[in-house]
Amino acid sequence: MDTLVLYIRYLAISLRAQLAYRATFAMKTIGHLLVTGIEFFGIWALFARFRTLGGWQLHEVALLYGMVDVAFSLADGFGRGFERLGRLLKAGDFDRMLLRPRSIVLQLLGYELQLMRIGRFAQGIIVLGWASTFIAWTPATAGLAVVSILATACLFLGIVVLQATSTFWTIETLEVWNAFTYGGNYAAQYPMSIYQRWFQRFFTAVIPLVLASYYPARAILGRDELTVLHVLAPLAGFAFLAAMLGVFRLGLRHHASTGS
Amino acid sequence: MMGYIAIIAARFRALLQYRAAALGGLFTQTFFGLVRIMILRAFYAAATVAAPMSLPRVVSYVWLGQATLLLIPWRTDEDVAEQIRTGNVVYELTRPLDLYGVWFARSLAWRTAPVFLRMLPMFVVAMVIVPLVAPGWELAPPASAAAFVMWVACFAGAVLISAALTALMNVTLMWTLTGDGVPMLVATCATMFGGLVIPLPLFPEWAKPVLYALPFAGMLDLPSRVFSGDIAATSAPWVLAHQLAWTLVLVALGRWLLSRGVRRLVVQGG
Repeated sequence: MDTLVLYIRYLAISLRAQLAYRATFAMKTIGHLLVTGIEFFGIWALFARFRTLGGWQLHEVALLYGMVDVAFSLADGFGRGFERLGRLLKAGDFDRMLLRPRSIVLQLLGYELQLMRIGRFAQGIIVLGWASTFIAWTPATAGLAVVSILATACLFLGIVVLQATSTFWTIETLEVWNAFTYGGNYAAQYPMSIYQRWFQRFFTAVIPLVLASYYPARAILGRDELTVLHVLAPLAGFAFLAAMLGVFRLGLRHHASTGS
Repeated sequence: MMGYIAIIAARFRALLQYRAAALGGLFTQTFFGLVRIMILRAFYAAATVAAPMSLPRVVSYVWLGQATLLLIPWRTDEDVAEQIRTGNVVYELTRPLDLYGVWFARSLAWRTAPVFLRMLPMFVVAMVIVPLVAPGWELAPPASAAAFVMWVACFAGAVLISAALTALMNVTLMWTLTGDGVPMLVATCATMFGGLVIPLPLFPEWAKPVLYALPFAGMLDLPSRVFSGDIAATSAPWVLAHQLAWTLVLVALGRWLLSRGVRRLVVQGG
């Protein structure tokens, strides 16, 4: 309980700090809405020219896109502390955090709630809303959609945690990880069936994006009969985050401070 | 003039130090390149109507975009941002150099050195390694010797537009201070309307005249199409004219805004 109160206070402080520069905040949020809005405009443009993608229609891809984008914005918004770990390490701020009598994971999660991610979140919701009008929702599929989005958010957060863990060794945040965070988000906006085998296998077995978002989406769209497997598949996203937090704790043991 | 050249040379040398970062970037750029190509190949496979650009050319276009990705003005110059935030920018004004000129010179180096570091290995990957693993997915050699020569010229033009845009973004820091908003808007427009995400020729016909006219096309799209022969080498001078015209406009805009910003500047002694 105490933990939750503390976490909410962290978030409140972070929000107030961001609202101090209002013009920048407004521009960042609108910018984010546009960045992602333009992204969907791009998908629309491709469909306007080619009509179909491996048997998928625009509104079907829109569902995938909306689900993954909402999930990514959540992970991005809440994972800022992990994302900045390299900087915290370099400045020695991380050592100060370790001294506090609270879990380090909690402190990193509460480090900063990036409010401007609301832009991407809102845009994802809008696309999702539009795609929804083509879908015959049932309570089961609606519940599956929520679980899938949360699972995918946890999965992306897991990648960010892994990225943070690597900075215990490298200090500098490596651009390599962008391939899995932004690259994973980008790839998962399209049906996984269009990719090469090796690519699908990687995103099923190593980073289970296919399980967390693609399979549930297939069931929601009525492309697959909804089975218990479709419900179990997204759990891989939660498991992934749990595993990555375990790796993070292991990595923490190797942390030797930068001496600054 | 010597002063500006010295700034360019110094920045260029400093930026060439980040070779490990470039190598990490190479992996990410290759990854994104492969995903983009897989998506476009899937669209082409299902196409019932002929696309305005052939698949091999689209694939080359994607690789060229990935190779010259850092031409896009992703961020403002951090040193300049720091100067403006702390107020140290007034020291810059005491130097016998024009402030805009200094910023433009820094931008010029910033938009060249990192691009070179990434472009050359990316070319090796896309032209030599990719065809060994996946034939048909490679960056094809330039359409002709003339196309290559014109591409080099257009690449220089792209650097000019990009540097002018970066300098303009630096100037806006005088108003926004924290300054992540403007770069984000510019980078978004540049990635989408420059053709990084989706090749501009694949956009709907009605949108194309506008997209081709914007400065963003001059950074990635137009030079890439000169390289692949989609724009004939004989038409390339038009591309150069487009790039130079936009550079002049952006420089004029940047200078004007900066002179207004400097006028507002109040130096508090102490």
